Amino acid sequence: MSDRMLTMAEAVREAMGIAMEERPEVFLLGEDVGIYGGAFGVSGDLYHRFGSDRVLDTPISELGIVGAAVGAALSGMRPIVEIQFSDFTAQAMDQIANQAAKIHFMLGGGLHVPMVLRTPSGSGTGAAAQHSQSLETWFANVPGLKVVMPSNPADAKGLLLSAIDDPNPVIFLEHKLLYKIPGRDAVAEGAERIPLGVSKIVRTGKDLTIVATGVMVNKSFEAAARLEAEGISVELIDPRTISPLDMNPIYESVDKTGRLLVVQEAPAHAGFINEVVTQLVGSPSFGSLIAPVKRLAGLNIPIPYAPQLERSAVPQIDDIEIAARDLVKSWK
Amino acid sequence: MTTLELMTGHPLSSPEHAKYAYLYMNRIRKFEEAVEDLFGRGMMHGTMHLSIGQEASPTGVCLALNINDQITSTHRGHGHCIAKGADLTRMIAELLGKEIGYCGGRGGSMHIADVETGNLGANGVVGGGIPIAVGAALASKMMAKGTVVVSFFGDGALNEGAFHEAANMAAIWKLPVIFVCENNKYGMSSSTAKAFALENLSDRAKGYGFPGVTIDGNDVVAVYEATQAAVNRAKAGEGPTLIEAQTYRWKGHSRSDKNLYRTKEEIEEWKAVDPIVRFKNVLLERNIASAEELAEIEKRATDQVIEAVNVAVKATPATPEGLVEAVFKKVSA
Repeated sequence: MSDRMLTMAEAVREAMGIAMEERPEVFLLGEDVGIYGGAFGVSGDLYHRFGSDRVLDTPISELGIVGAAVGAALSGMRPIVEIQFSDFTAQAMDQIANQAAKIHFMLGGGLHVPMVLRTPSGSGTGAAAQHSQSLETWFANVPGLKVVMPSNPADAKGLLLSAIDDPNPVIFLEHKLLYKIPGRDAVAEGAERIPLGVSKIVRTGKDLTIVATGVMVNKSFEAAARLEAEGISVELIDPRTISPLDMNPIYESVDKTGRLLVVQEAPAHAGFINEVVTQLVGSPSFGSLIAPVKRLAGLNIPIPYAPQLERSAVPQIDDIEIAARDLVKSWK
Repeated sequence: MTTLELMTGHPLSSPEHAKYAYLYMNRIRKFEEAVEDLFGRGMMHGTMHLSIGQEASPTGVCLALNINDQITSTHRGHGHCIAKGADLTRMIAELLGKEIGYCGGRGGSMHIADVETGNLGANGVVGGGIPIAVGAALASKMMAKGTVVVSFFGDGALNEGAFHEAANMAAIWKLPVIFVCENNKYGMSSSTAKAFALENLSDRAKGYGFPGVTIDGNDVVAVYEATQAAVNRAKAGEGPTLIEAQTYRWKGHSRSDKNLYRTKEEIEEWKAVDPIVRFKNVLLERNIASAEELAEIEKRATDQVIEAVNVAVKATPATPEGLVEAVFKKVSA
């Protein structure tokens, strides 16, 4: 077993490097991904390893960048696009939602778009409302896109390798707070893939199920550790890919615990995590619930700038701890 | 399915080339007339965008392309598909929602693509195909394919941000792409006079650092020659060209158009410069083909379209089975 503790930026870079070594058709394009090494340092030294043709700096043209990736993907290449902030995918949405997502289906199945769009997501950096959003629901609501939200370096590496292998467009949302911190688990050196569409049981427990996405997995893990000390046992599940969504481990967990708390950073209204709840409510596992389902999510506001305001906009460890304790204590 | 009979070369380089160009222009015209008829008879649903009057542009462009050269097309794309070599039966079948249609009934008139002939697809979004064409040209360059990519679009698309971003990227990377702007004078009801402060739309190219030419888009020879020059430039690694092919759509924008924004006289003026009649006159004047031969070609085009309609009408309608499975390409084990 390897004991390499990587940050998510390092793990993502390692996956891209492996994929580029494995296949000549894999290349990275985006703003400042070359000699600069990426706005968050994710592409790092790839430019020096693979050269300017395969780590391609682009003009500031998000629509053009994604369109170029779509066209290249249709023509035998396997592009990885980096969009500097997920908020800027709004500039590129025609190519993402109307073109990449629909081509295989709409044009009859003869063409496909093996493309990965990687982009930093989420709040917590004081960058305010246009650089801090969690937009996974935008993409999850478009048939034809797969959507991945890794919560740790080891998953990010294996999931990204699968995303690059995938013959379909994959949106890969990397929470920017995870870039610089090592994960809890070591990252293996090889090229092992983690399949898309398999939820992960992060920790097992018997009193309460928490389903969380992205950075909220880490916050929930911390909350669960605190609750463990007072005898509350939390089972934590990370769907990892929100499209496709693997509900089975969630059903099985709720059958065991009878209580469900769902946590996401994105605004509550019409958010992805509501899909988890809806599917659960429509399943036989609904009958296993002994408590109302509790949802923790971002406020329905643009992410504000000042640190104390920004923190108040999204769930924090304390919020998760309180909600989890309340569910277990109030519903026997 | 009809077998491909694609030719490449100057339309006046041999009688065969001339007759081929004449056949393809007529195939497009007859196809569009058949679509209008099917629509009028209630056999086709949705909408349609006809390119009657614009046949010289796709025909002339595609005479300069090989089968492995690629195109992106538009909502007014039937002509591009046909000129690139698409099968008429599968096209009509798609319009009628049949299983053998190019998209299995999932796309319709605005989304015909044909992998075999390098057609990356018509597009329902104005300007949507332009960045994709640039990406295909990027792949051509990265993979040293030696192919070119043509992006067809209308005058309206030239005002989309997509054109701006894609044109600049093609220029800085010197990609083998040709931007063919079919200026048919109107983006739906907006005339180019209202939507541009430019005399020649090809002047836009200067701002990106590559050549732009404005040509008579109703002259199939002029279209071919401009495209061939752009192909040569692209294959020499010199980068993109913008060709503004001036033409005119005789019919309305789509089925709902009442032609309130233009005059009957204007439409008649353009009908007088019918690209098919003009090419016919060239062929007769130069004794390249006889009137009888040309009449026979016109009949052949009509027969091919009628046969396509007959087969397509009888074909099995597409069914909803498998729709959900068709969203993603299966991941191979």
